[in-house]
Amino acid sequence: MASKDIAPPVETVTVKVDGRPVEVPRMMPNWEGNPEPTTVLQACKIAGIEIPHYCYHPKLPVVGNCRMCLVHVGMPGRPGPDGKSPENEDGTPKIFPMQLPYEPQTPRGVIGCATTIIPGMEIYASSPETKEMRESVLESLLINHPLDCSICDQAGECKLQEYSYDHGQAESEFEEFKVHKPKAVDLGPRITLDAERCILCTRCIRFTKDIVGDDSLGIVNRGGYNTISTFPGESFNNNYTLNTVDICPVGALTSDDFRFQMRVWFLKETKSICTDCGSGCNVMIGSRENKMYRYEPRQNDAVNGHWMCDSGRLNYKWIGRGDRLSIIKDRKGKTSWPIALKHISDHLVNADKGSVAIVASARQTNEELHLLSKLAKHLDAITDSIPRKGKADHLMMIEDRNTNTTGAQLVGITSKRVGSKLSIIKKGIESGKVKTLIVFGEDITKHGIDTELLKKVTLIVSDILPNETTKVADFLLPGCAHAEKRGTFTNVKGRVQKFMKALEPPGDALSEWEFLHELTHNVSGLNGFKTIEGLFNQMAGEVEAFRDAELTWAKLGDHGLDVEL
Amino acid sequence: MKVERAKLTWLERLYIPSILNGFKVTLRHFFSWKRSEVYAEKQSGYAAKLTMQYPEEKWPVPNGYRGAPYLVKDEDKNTKCVSCQLCEFVCPPKAIRITPPGQSGEVDREGAEKMPKEFDINMLRCIYCGFCQEVCPEEAIYLLKDYAITGEKREDLIYNKEKLLSLGGKDKRAYDHHSQDGVTEGIKKWEKKTKEAKAQPEFH
Repeated sequence: MASKDIAPPVETVTVKVDGRPVEVPRMMPNWEGNPEPTTVLQACKIAGIEIPHYCYHPKLPVVGNCRMCLVHVGMPGRPGPDGKSPENEDGTPKIFPMQLPYEPQTPRGVIGCATTIIPGMEIYASSPETKEMRESVLESLLINHPLDCSICDQAGECKLQEYSYDHGQAESEFEEFKVHKPKAVDLGPRITLDAERCILCTRCIRFTKDIVGDDSLGIVNRGGYNTISTFPGESFNNNYTLNTVDICPVGALTSDDFRFQMRVWFLKETKSICTDCGSGCNVMIGSRENKMYRYEPRQNDAVNGHWMCDSGRLNYKWIGRGDRLSIIKDRKGKTSWPIALKHISDHLVNADKGSVAIVASARQTNEELHLLSKLAKHLDAITDSIPRKGKADHLMMIEDRNTNTTGAQLVGITSKRVGSKLSIIKKGIESGKVKTLIVFGEDITKHGIDTELLKKVTLIVSDILPNETTKVADFLLPGCAHAEKRGTFTNVKGRVQKFMKALEPPGDALSEWEFLHELTHNVSGLNGFKTIEGLFNQMAGEVEAFRDAELTWAKLGDHGLDVEL
Repeated sequence: MKVERAKLTWLERLYIPSILNGFKVTLRHFFSWKRSEVYAEKQSGYAAKLTMQYPEEKWPVPNGYRGAPYLVKDEDKNTKCVSCQLCEFVCPPKAIRITPPGQSGEVDREGAEKMPKEFDINMLRCIYCGFCQEVCPEEAIYLLKDYAITGEKREDLIYNKEKLLSLGGKDKRAYDHHSQDGVTEGIKKWEKKTKEAKAQPEFH
């Protein structure tokens, strides 16, 4: 593998940050990942000092228009006619703190995001001069800001609020009326703009133009009346608009879906994976008291960077739907887990070899699919899953709308051609060879096996939402949404990533891996683990691709690991 | 040490003389009412030692007393609360529960942006600490002087938005201190902003 080759030594430069010498690489990746000379802001970050900034974003082109990252720096003197740099009396290079040319005693700041470092440079990141610059910049940014934090959705995660608190001053010298700009502007179908709050950092414009490639946002009007806007009559409507809400450092761009729903400081954050397609974008679930309020993209440069698509982000409402399956049922009606599992185990133990078919869902986790495949191997059952295709877009959304197709293929539930064995299962039911059908999370009636056929077999169904298949199930086992359990998914590129539990499942609903573990144990006698960590580690030892990558639950970390496909 | 109880005589064991003795004291006070200290005080205007006819009569509640928290209205009888949920956040016994308005904002007048959809205070939980009043950026919640909170059911003691607003009513503190040069100009939060915006020339 290329990454195991020894990398050439990195060329470094030594600069002083707050009087402390720090060695930093001479070149660092820019927003596109290409090497560019290291900037003051990056050097300070390496030194462990955060320079406040609004318009700078590591994955967007640098424009330097907010001026928040102003810092006072000192430069070594230029060589004179004799070719020697100016020196102090003790022979060290003389450093000249930058001053205004026409006002020599006034310190001059440089913007950290766009100033490249030179050897011997001194960065006064915490000096009184730098502090005064920040105070002045914040004061001018707040001139026309409405200061309506009490009704602003961004309050609590607002950079303007944070920096005003850390670097600003309490009193403003501004006495005039503030400039009023359009409020609650419907910028697009998912975005509302409050132009008064905007500090014109242009992050949204750059993201939309340079990342999405949809040049639909711009600034109109002049001077203090500058306003973010779309072209007249046009709507800000691509599949990535909601990322502008995330990168907006203030509350100017707000999500219609999250607008006035909950203050952010109440939200519990849980690391999870988006289930809208096979990309497996890393997300953060925001929930409060068992209600989910939003997804936010979670940075993972190997998968989704800082971004996620709108359709994925808004695909969570089904988790809290009122008609979720929450009662465990058998043929006679409501029952309980121990009774139902005993009946199912007895049924499967007595089933003839080859008389069982399993239709799993490629939206289930690796662990669940692995348990199902173990069960299938013991019962000599035929297994498959159901393909789910959608339209791909030019960035992150891909055609495969199943979250874990790769996982299903790796553990052996389905072949490369997902759904190719469905017709065999159908024929098996028709001929009476298949007497028991286990269906997980799919409405099989939409895929050729209709209700009449399903009445011929013992139907064991686990699902989250009601559908035609769950209506005719002999055993109905309510399952959990991904936000209600733990587990791992393998994305299309073979990255195994884990997700955490944010919510409690409704009613009787139980994580699929929990009851599958018990069922597999009862039927096959194979002992498993009662924890997801143990189960994953056991699976990692049994599935070839996972074993080759030497996966363990702990090693996955927050960002997952790649396996060879 | 064991103390021997004095042996009661036959008369003492009958108890009747003791009871009569007790009545004698009561009757003496009953007939000498005009000579009593209490009578003198009442005549001189001090009624402090008299029994107060609670709940018909109530104590005058001192200023600064922390009674039940209610939502107050401004001088135009408008809701002041903007549903920022800081009181809900700061409330130590978690007595306050606000339902945010969602995208519509639930506004009832021009220029307003956000108001609570539902605002519940569980008076059984409230400990009258006054944090909600202290934290409120809009001065919309005040601890007024009610201290006898009663109800027949637990549900009766969860006050909703309508009840809190009607109990709070127009409170002078909610707008009066914004006066300049002795003239009360009031807050008129949204109204002023809207006026200011309309007065501004359009720039393109």
